[in-house]
Amino acid sequence: MPPFFITIVTAVILGTLARFFMLKVDYRQYPSYPHGVVTHLSLGFIAATLGAVALPALLEKEFAAVSFLALAAQQFREVRTTEREMLLHLDKSELVQRGPDYIEGIARVFESRNYLVILTALIVSTATHFFNPLLGIISSILAVAAGNRLMTGRNIKDIARVRPGEIRFEGPNVFVENIHIMNLGGEETRETIIERGLGVIIEPFNDNERETLANNGQRMALAHEAASQLGVYKDVDTPEFTPLVRRDKDTGRIGMLILPIERDMEFLITAIKGVPVLESATGKPLRSRAGKKAED
Amino acid sequence: MDVTLSKFILAAVTTKPGIVEGNFPIFMVESQEEQERIATTLGRVLEGVVHDMENGVFILVKH
Repeated sequence: MPPFFITIVTAVILGTLARFFMLKVDYRQYPSYPHGVVTHLSLGFIAATLGAVALPALLEKEFAAVSFLALAAQQFREVRTTEREMLLHLDKSELVQRGPDYIEGIARVFESRNYLVILTALIVSTATHFFNPLLGIISSILAVAAGNRLMTGRNIKDIARVRPGEIRFEGPNVFVENIHIMNLGGEETRETIIERGLGVIIEPFNDNERETLANNGQRMALAHEAASQLGVYKDVDTPEFTPLVRRDKDTGRIGMLILPIERDMEFLITAIKGVPVLESATGKPLRSRAGKKAED
Repeated sequence: MDVTLSKFILAAVTTKPGIVEGNFPIFMVESQEEQERIATTLGRVLEGVVHDMENGVFILVKH
């Protein structure tokens, strides 16, 4: 058997499997199953191979080989660009768009998961080489579990209280509680909104979360997730029924008006609570001196 | 780079002559009922949102 055979094979297999298990987490955000799965599994395989050969290369004093890892990083950055571009193009055909911030978040996850696979394969090859393949398997499970845990971001339920809000009209202006959503003409539209609409208020827990929710991309993500999970009473020729998310400028509370197909408040709140907090939207004014002092 | 116009007035529907001017189509109507009907139809056709200016003018806006 060639040297390092077991080390490399174990690490490649377990690394690719790690990518497979991480893919399942994406299913909801990434609907192009099964072709997307094939693409990402293949990339995961390449990443796993890179991670697997790193240690043997070092032990053989092939330092040039290790420097190829840097080249690989470049390749995986391409993954992010491709994902971003593809999702941005597809976003145009969505009734309720994801928004560029959400897409950037998804693309970033795709990139970083390949690095996690490299790391997993490296850990496995180390454990297999110095101990035995069984320990390699155990270490890979630990690595995937730790990766999943560390990479899981927060959800809306961690940063804000979500509760039902009453929809009302003042003349042509529609409000969710005291938050102005928009001006709408036409009696018929008004009746439809009163009849089919659901209003939700999202109250941030503190000033950090207030800034996070102020981000427009985060709000687009909220509308998109709610609409994609409960359906939306809208077509291309009725843009007035687009879910809208507006902000109470005084307190930073968020009001959302949506016309779901499934008019069920409980599940709407469940869907909103599960929306991921976007990395790019996260604000931390409380970390600054001024922000901390200004808080009252 | 794509350059697109967003949020512009597609048309106006009014019951009061002379109250609205501009380089977009202006529909003069007789009654409020007719105004609602025409605005809704225009909204569907042009894929715009009908906004009520509360002075007898409805505008259709592309968002």
